[in-house]
Amino acid sequence: MRLTRRAVLLALPALAAASARAEAPLPVVATFSILGDFVREVGGEAVEISVIVGPDGDAHVYEPTPADSKKLQRAKLVFVNGLGFEGWLDRLIAASKTKARIVVASEGVAARKLEGEPDPHAWQDVANARRYVENIRDALKAADPVRADVFERRAGAYLQRLDALDAEVRASIARIPEARRRVVSTHDAFGYFAARYGIAFIAPEGVSTEAEASARDIARIVDAAKREKVGAVFLENVVDPRLARAIAADSGVRLGGELYSDALSPPGGPAADYIAMMRHNVEELSSALVP
Amino acid sequence: MLYDALVAPFVDYPFMRRALVGALATALAGGPLGVFLLLRRMSLAGDALSHAILPGVALGYLAAGLSLPAMTLGGLGAGLVVALSSGAVARFSAQREDASLAAFYLVSLALGVALVALKGSNVDLLHVLFGSALALDDTALYLLAGVATITLAALALFYRALAADTLDPVFLRRVSRFGEFAQYLFLSLVVLNLVAGFQALGTLMAVGLIMLPAAAARLWTQDLTRALLLAGVLGALSAYIGLALSFAAGLPAGPAIILAAGAIYFVSLVLGRAGGLIRNLTPRRHLEG
Repeated sequence: MRLTRRAVLLALPALAAASARAEAPLPVVATFSILGDFVREVGGEAVEISVIVGPDGDAHVYEPTPADSKKLQRAKLVFVNGLGFEGWLDRLIAASKTKARIVVASEGVAARKLEGEPDPHAWQDVANARRYVENIRDALKAADPVRADVFERRAGAYLQRLDALDAEVRASIARIPEARRRVVSTHDAFGYFAARYGIAFIAPEGVSTEAEASARDIARIVDAAKREKVGAVFLENVVDPRLARAIAADSGVRLGGELYSDALSPPGGPAADYIAMMRHNVEELSSALVP
Repeated sequence: MLYDALVAPFVDYPFMRRALVGALATALAGGPLGVFLLLRRMSLAGDALSHAILPGVALGYLAAGLSLPAMTLGGLGAGLVVALSSGAVARFSAQREDASLAAFYLVSLALGVALVALKGSNVDLLHVLFGSALALDDTALYLLAGVATITLAALALFYRALAADTLDPVFLRRVSRFGEFAQYLFLSLVVLNLVAGFQALGTLMAVGLIMLPAAAARLWTQDLTRALLLAGVLGALSAYIGLALSFAAGLPAGPAIILAAGAIYFVSLVLGRAGGLIRNLTPRRHLEG
């Protein structure tokens, strides 16, 4: 503790120098669109953010480009999800030789396990999203203390909106009869959502989109859909929609709309930011499940 | 027990029946095509062409989204351009066809990957451009069955020209104008089958169901007609065993079917009566008087 205080004292002259030219926005990188949205909400004009895997992209199997390496080199902070989500990231960071601080946004989140591995899709639980935002706020404050009050204020406002979102999601789910709160989804990305809001998701593919489903997997889903009387089958914005259609046809279950799990939609789409994404998903669930 | 593994999955699940029908159609038409490819020493051309199709399929996808007709037309265009132009280069320049085909397909593949990247989003190619046998819808089934029908009809109609062009092209070109035609017809059929199989079943399935059964069939008989029939039958058998395996062992359908075809190939390689290992390595009695 004493050591850190001394470190801060030693760093003060450097900070003073930084404040003199503090007008330029802080260059930061976020690995995927949802994380980018959080950083934008907290940082506002004070950060210049580049996102590596953009809207509708699949961060599980992304292939980095030289431009990404350049972004990393310029950045002061790199925000990552962690929990094994960005498998390609370590190599990219090593290759770019960036001196940026790597901030794991999911730090402190209670990770769920999926087939022995941590489930990375923690942001699907709004309480975890709060945690992401707090981590982002703290990292930004540490990197740019001059504008700490800006980050503090913006994060506070956004956290309040997240609290309202959480309450709104709960209220919407409460309107679905309890027996109908079960769906089939093509990608195991809603574990956190399911645990917090009480909707059972049954998925034909494993936690990652890398593995192809086998005939047995699909047969199990069709069986489960029939046996457990699920309310609907849902597509997702990054996995083969033909598979979900086949399952819906075979099990005779209603086909729900598109749920967003790992990526936002492009601007103007139904899930252009995190709050819109969560609202969109809940609306799709409600319209498929409320009788 | 045997019923559970071999029959029950197909009785219980419509998606298994659709997968079987799609794979059977591909196998029945693909096997005979593979035999011709094999005899023309173009066994690797199928693989190369399947890569060449990518930019066309990608263009179709970019233009019209996940639409089977658009992606088919695009793939067909790209495949035909590569197949026919590499043939033309071979004819009008000093370069041989395998070299020009390799050059053309690599450029085409790179173009395809670049096109998809241009779109900005990196939605996994494997999930969008390649289908899965387990997710066949009616349109995909009609496409596969239609292509198989056209292929088999064309093979039957032009059987003599194709056989002559394969076995003795110089002779055919001397006695008939069919020589040129037979070559282009054949390449078009190959592209057509690859394009259909590529999106409906995945690239591994498309090429695998053409080449493996053909290579296996050729190890049992020297006779062209018999080899053609046998290749189709072995392909169909692989499709059936592979799907049952995918169900029983939890393997993805494409690799399971190709592994089944591979197993049949290795058995043929050992036991085959026309050039199998045992037959070739055991000393035979000399023909007597």
